[in-house]
Amino acid sequence: MINEASLPLAFEPGDWTLPSPRKAAIVSLILTETTLFSIFVAAYLFYIGKSLTGPTPREVLETPIIPTICLLSSSVTIMLAERALRRENRGRFQLWWLITILLAAAFIGATAIEWHRLITVHHLTISTNLFGTTFYSLVGLHATHVIVGMCLLTLVLVFSLRGLVTPLQHERIQMVSWYWHFVDAIWVIVFTVVYVIGR
Amino acid sequence: MRRQLFGNQRALRGFFLLMLALICIIALGHGEPVFGIDGGVTNIFKPLAQPAQEIKETSFLVLAVCAVIFVVVAGLLLYGLIRFRHRAGDDGSEPPQVYGSNQIELAWTVLPVLIVFVLILVTSRTIADIQDRKPPQGTLQTTIVGHQWWWEIRYPGLNIVTANELHVPASDGRGPRPTFLKLQSADVAHSFWVPQLAGKTDLIPNRENLMWIEPTKPGTYLGNCAEYCGTQHARMLIRVVVHSSDEFDRWVTEQQKNASVATNADEGRKAFFANSCVNCHTIRGTSAQGKFGPDLTHLMSREMLAAGVVPNTPDNLRRWVRDPQKIKVGCLMPNMQLTDQEVDHITAYLQTLK
Amino acid sequence: MATQEITIPVDRALGSSFVDRLHGLVVTVDHKKLGLMYIGTALGFLVVAGLMAVAIRLQLIIPNNTFLEPDVFNRFFTMHGTSMVFLVGMPIIAGFGNYLVPLMIGTRDMAFPRLNAFGYWMFLFGGLLLYFSYLGSPGLAGHGSAPDVGWFAYAPLTSRAFSRGTSTDYWILSLMLTSIGSTVSAINIIATIIALRCPGMKLMRMPLLVWLMLVTNFMILLALPGLSGAQIMLLIDRYLGAHFFDTQAGGSAVIWQHFFWIFGHPEVYILMIPAFACLSEIVPVFSRKPIFGYPIMVGATAMIGLISMSVWAHHMFTVGMTSVGNTFFAISTFLVGIPTGIKIFNWLGTMYGGKIRFDVPMLFCIGFLFQFLIAGLTGVMLAVAPFNWQLTDSYFVVAHFHYTLVGAFLFGIFAGFYYWYPKAVGRMLDRRLGLWHFWLFAIGFHLTFDTEHFAGLLGMPRRIFTYDAGRGWDTLNLIATVGALVQATAVLLLAINIVRSVKKGDPAGNDPWDAWTLEWSTTSPPPDYNFATIPTVRSRRPLWDLKHPEDPDWKYE
Repeated sequence: MINEASLPLAFEPGDWTLPSPRKAAIVSLILTETTLFSIFVAAYLFYIGKSLTGPTPREVLETPIIPTICLLSSSVTIMLAERALRRENRGRFQLWWLITILLAAAFIGATAIEWHRLITVHHLTISTNLFGTTFYSLVGLHATHVIVGMCLLTLVLVFSLRGLVTPLQHERIQMVSWYWHFVDAIWVIVFTVVYVIGR
Repeated sequence: MRRQLFGNQRALRGFFLLMLALICIIALGHGEPVFGIDGGVTNIFKPLAQPAQEIKETSFLVLAVCAVIFVVVAGLLLYGLIRFRHRAGDDGSEPPQVYGSNQIELAWTVLPVLIVFVLILVTSRTIADIQDRKPPQGTLQTTIVGHQWWWEIRYPGLNIVTANELHVPASDGRGPRPTFLKLQSADVAHSFWVPQLAGKTDLIPNRENLMWIEPTKPGTYLGNCAEYCGTQHARMLIRVVVHSSDEFDRWVTEQQKNASVATNADEGRKAFFANSCVNCHTIRGTSAQGKFGPDLTHLMSREMLAAGVVPNTPDNLRRWVRDPQKIKVGCLMPNMQLTDQEVDHITAYLQTLK
Repeated sequence: MATQEITIPVDRALGSSFVDRLHGLVVTVDHKKLGLMYIGTALGFLVVAGLMAVAIRLQLIIPNNTFLEPDVFNRFFTMHGTSMVFLVGMPIIAGFGNYLVPLMIGTRDMAFPRLNAFGYWMFLFGGLLLYFSYLGSPGLAGHGSAPDVGWFAYAPLTSRAFSRGTSTDYWILSLMLTSIGSTVSAINIIATIIALRCPGMKLMRMPLLVWLMLVTNFMILLALPGLSGAQIMLLIDRYLGAHFFDTQAGGSAVIWQHFFWIFGHPEVYILMIPAFACLSEIVPVFSRKPIFGYPIMVGATAMIGLISMSVWAHHMFTVGMTSVGNTFFAISTFLVGIPTGIKIFNWLGTMYGGKIRFDVPMLFCIGFLFQFLIAGLTGVMLAVAPFNWQLTDSYFVVAHFHYTLVGAFLFGIFAGFYYWYPKAVGRMLDRRLGLWHFWLFAIGFHLTFDTEHFAGLLGMPRRIFTYDAGRGWDTLNLIATVGALVQATAVLLLAINIVRSVKKGDPAGNDPWDAWTLEWSTTSPPPDYNFATIPTVRSRRPLWDLKHPEDPDWKYE
């Protein structure tokens, strides 16, 4: 069967390079997730000051400086890990990657401690008032994304420990790191909305 | 490739007859016609009040613009289909391959922009006229509270509470007498729509909306709830009874009285108060102060029962008291499991609440 | 048409059992099979939801009818709307996109074939979960069963207090599943279009369908989170005692409407733009001219996508927004009408000066043009907020959106169906049955939806299970019901046509319509690998260039 459209034409298109499908996919994912967060941020901003009862943000929130530093540094450590991978330094890659995971775990642990304090000491739950509803859902949505990210990071670490991660896979690793940077960037927004504007 | 559609034409005919029969079988409905202004036909283009009148004028302008656009574009479509159709004796060559034309495309962009500009001006003017009107001094203020599936109607300044039928004065020669309505909801979202008086406005819990009407012609105006609110959304009708000024003042005086205490309804009164009717219903001047259901103080002054479902006749009233679910299934008044005697007595008592 | 040996591919099913073939579908990651599975499943839901519509119309055929109980009726219109949008509209456009995009851009499959399969199965499970509510949901005192809150499920009707049982939860969860399917499909199509185009196919050389699929899928990414976010909030309200829409605790019922329509309005353009895409491929071929104003068509679609994100509250003109708010959304709605109108003119411009062939695909396109014009104009009327205060939530708006979704969207999809069925199956659909389908459907459509406009003008609200005699609605409803029965008959004819033509249709060959885009250069149906060698293109119409070497497009573009 002759595929006529494949007959050579006089004109050579020259170098035909297109963006990587992986990059397009991750950017699309980040776009849609950002929109999802915008909805929850919008609800949070809309309901500021509208609670009829119960503890207010000012009364119960403590600015999470340390967890924020942990999470934002994890963006730096993941970049260091990527650089190590490009330089074929497997050991260093795994080290920085592990540190990234631990920093994320610290963030989640600190979030858990904060929530425990809010629930047991201040009796703030998701059903207490509008502040509780919007706070737990927005911060919780972000924390869920951190946990998913940690799963991805752990998976990569496991693959690496089994010798399957080489510089040839650098783009796949980069896509995981882009997702991670997105999670951190969203935290900057959530932090600003909840702990700066909302108070 | 000339295949027949069906085995024979008779099958086709039979199919259509079957459809017709199906319709006839299903169509076992009945109904009493509804009365009101225009015999119950609520044409938005036959307004008898402001702001419906101003809406109609704006609408006619918009309709005219759209009609012109339609005639032009549909005409171009039809013309193009006929003029540029493939003809039988054609030589099979391809027509001139035209890729576009900047001038033409500019022209048919500019024209819609101009039309849109006009529409924006007209629309914003009408919106402001209707929405930003302030209530003049001494205007009648009412509050409508939407319930599943009836309307609570309050006149705060006049100490009147009734249900389902809103009475207002007409703006006759003595100057404008608009009625302003505050719209609230006790449960879910509803919408107040009496087409010949005004556009619709929603009743939403935890939110107060404002609208106004200024009717000129006395009569009964029909409307419906226009926001799906559950099982009996379809049977949440509203009646706006427009009176001349004098008549309205008379109506107010009557409604402001407490419930009449007729002497021949003692058993019914006792039965009413012995059963849990008082938990839901208010009868002013008695100890019945329930707020869940409609105020019954002047029940017999209403034209219909159950928010416009059945006319307010003794028979219908009895049927309602015996089992509301038979008339309006799913409504929030349960079958009270009354004995026949209780039904008779209570109905007799209710009929004294003029 | 170039002369070639046409060989009908050996029926791959020969020698394999039904179970083998079913297994093949379950494990497939081939974009063509998945595309057809999307479309086939969607057509199945179309029949089910269509029968619900017929039942609804039979209940409304006369006043005070007792054919359906109020609760049954309310479930039917909820399920009809929800199914048609999420289980018919969305999968059909995903099916067209997944099937056609790789073929049109000259590549072998989607960027992420397994993700493609995952998306389909999520959609299917979501659809099945929604219908499972009929079985799984009935609860105490008869509460439950299928959702009955309307397809846009306004708060607080959906709160625990007013929606007892789990029917609303089925609505939420099933749509979350289908949304995941739509989202991954969107990511896949975008990545494919960006990264897998064949050499020479610059963005401005892609077929318009591909461009429009790109815009549509970006809109899916931006619009769907509005719904998903709101549904997560509703779920948390119902199960964790949250107060997003709890008006007793200071929550807002209106914010549900905002979030829903921030999704809901782009959603209808997400549905429409692929129908525009079908038009933009079919009208040129049957007019024998290239699309008029390709760059403007791309630009106008991008503008529609952009502006449509800012019009959502025109569904909320009666909610009590300020006059400023109402004016803003009226203006933005007028503005989105401009690029939409321009597209109609461009299609007209394509037909002018051409040699129009009235094959079945083109007939459906003509129906589209006529009906989309009317739908757009009733849309303009609805954009005039004061007029909207009378028309919204009445049968006028029901008529408007059925004009757009049936008269335009479905007609456009049917056009695409008749056009590409030969490519997918290798056989033509029967022309005579196609003509019967078209004319019956058009007549039935107009009987139903032209009359419903007038019912709305006479004050008939929507979503009512019955009405009183004497409102002026009796005859209109009777005619509308007859129209529904006629439409049902037409769809039956389509089903017959599809089934009969699979085995008995005329062999199609590579290029039955003498068209110009890459999918017509390969066999019908295409081999698994699509193209023997990846083509190189030099213009928007590579096959025109090959068929007319003396007058190729690339000289003029």
